[in-house]
Amino acid sequence: MPANRFNNFHDYGIGIGLRVPHYRHILGKKPVVDWFEIISENFMVDGGRPLEVLDQILEQYRVVQHGVAMYLGSADRLSREHLKKIKRLVRRTHTPWLSDHLCWGSVDGRYTHDLLPMPYTFAAARATAANIREAMDFLEVPICVENVSSYAEFHASEMTEWEFLSEVVELADCGILLDVNNIYVSSQNHNFNPYDYLNGVPHHRVGQIHIAGHSKFEKYILDTHDHPVLDPVWKMYAHAIKLVGKTATLLEWDDRIPTFDEVHNEALKANKFLESQLQTTPA
Amino acid sequence: MASAVFRPLNQEDGMQTRWIDGRRMETVADSFIRPNDRLTSFERLEIYNRVYWFRVLDCLYDDYPGLRAIVGDRKFLALATAYLAKYPSISFTLRNLGSRLEKFLRDEPKWIAPNEQLSLDMARFEWAQISAFDDAALPCLTTDDVLDTPSAKLCVSLQPYLSLLELNYAVDKFLLAVKKREADTLRDEASNTFEAMPKRAKAKQRLHRPKRERVYLVVHRYDNQLYYKRLEREAFSILRGLDRGLTVEKACFAALSKSKGVRKDGARQIQEWFHDWAALGWICRRKK
Repeated sequence: MPANRFNNFHDYGIGIGLRVPHYRHILGKKPVVDWFEIISENFMVDGGRPLEVLDQILEQYRVVQHGVAMYLGSADRLSREHLKKIKRLVRRTHTPWLSDHLCWGSVDGRYTHDLLPMPYTFAAARATAANIREAMDFLEVPICVENVSSYAEFHASEMTEWEFLSEVVELADCGILLDVNNIYVSSQNHNFNPYDYLNGVPHHRVGQIHIAGHSKFEKYILDTHDHPVLDPVWKMYAHAIKLVGKTATLLEWDDRIPTFDEVHNEALKANKFLESQLQTTPA
Repeated sequence: MASAVFRPLNQEDGMQTRWIDGRRMETVADSFIRPNDRLTSFERLEIYNRVYWFRVLDCLYDDYPGLRAIVGDRKFLALATAYLAKYPSISFTLRNLGSRLEKFLRDEPKWIAPNEQLSLDMARFEWAQISAFDDAALPCLTTDDVLDTPSAKLCVSLQPYLSLLELNYAVDKFLLAVKKREADTLRDEASNTFEAMPKRAKAKQRLHRPKRERVYLVVHRYDNQLYYKRLEREAFSILRGLDRGLTVEKACFAALSKSKGVRKDGARQIQEWFHDWAALGWICRRKK
């Protein structure tokens, strides 16, 4: 499934997140990178330096939008103003697909600026799927929804997280951005087998994969994106690639960001798994 | 859950132990969040409560270094917490978190006493910089746009990213000093030299509070870089008149009529000002 309808039939390789500390290096040295993922909201502004940088990047690189504030799982209806801003950006970037999270984060117009976990109920799945369908209709690009890392579970839940994710994407007929690190973090925080998760989602819907680092605390793991990818996550990534095939993969590094080369080299480690998959795939 | 997340932390940076109605917070958290073998429901909910407050307070901390330097770090934290409790974010982006800070400080000056005016000046100045960074830019006014319009009828607008600030203190210079001090502190902390080996932490370099003086400041951007520029009172008044919708003629007349002495080279001076403002891209067609 290297290219499917959920990533608009684009066979992208390994990308990294576009982050401010790397702007000068990227614009000056023009390193070879398969693609960049941008945080949509950072560029949903009316002018100035952010859009100037984005336009320069777009002249040289392929860009995919990744959102953090559509809040597809919020009980409120999606904000039409927000969708309009995203659409303006879609027209600018020509992103082949875009992604956002399976979460909620705003209520009654107040924003938490966080990716809050949802109760895994059938009612929530239906409401979320309706929001995703509305967003896809309006934005006219495929959407992949990303599983979030979480630190709390609800009594109200009626199914596992991967059953919920599957239910939502089937109802919405959308793609999955499979965040392998998030699965690992949640599995440690909620005592489930992360491989059950990987095995349990509809693999043909995976349009993109995320990998990242995390931080261990005494009683829980926090999804900090401030470390290299840890071994258990690489092992899960290898398993995921076996299940879903060579898929566009992105390394997230958002805090204590090292040099561009360090981040890029960490991302390129994924090649080892992608290439081994190619060798085992019959022509 | 959202109400619990938005509630301010206690003095120990933890979740409050009583809910709004007086119930124990453990009971409230237990009612909707599952515990696990390592964390109680309370502790799991507390993670989100803490992350929320650390994130939004961090954001204001970074956006308002000048205000922080005036009121002090501890008081700034209390002020920011009170502000966000009263005005939680209503925007999808943290960029807008401080949009109602000036209003809050005007309504509740106790947070900035005894430096009310200085703090307000700084809060306005720092918000103006956020606006100048990425607010919209309109097409600049061209000669063709004004060719057939007499000055008595000519109306123009200023760029949306531009802020006109009439200030009571030289907060522009003060902020430069604050940023220099922060950069020096960072340099010291990053050093690996023997000189930086364990010793008593350097005391924060003391900054002199700015003196009271009237400053007419324009906060803008040029070539997508942030700038601030001091203006003469008359020049500032003309821009303010234009911003309020006066024709070019009326804006100039109003500004100069308030001037204490009309200079002999007044017309030439105005011409130079407009030349500079046009070159900086400040003037654009009238907003419809």
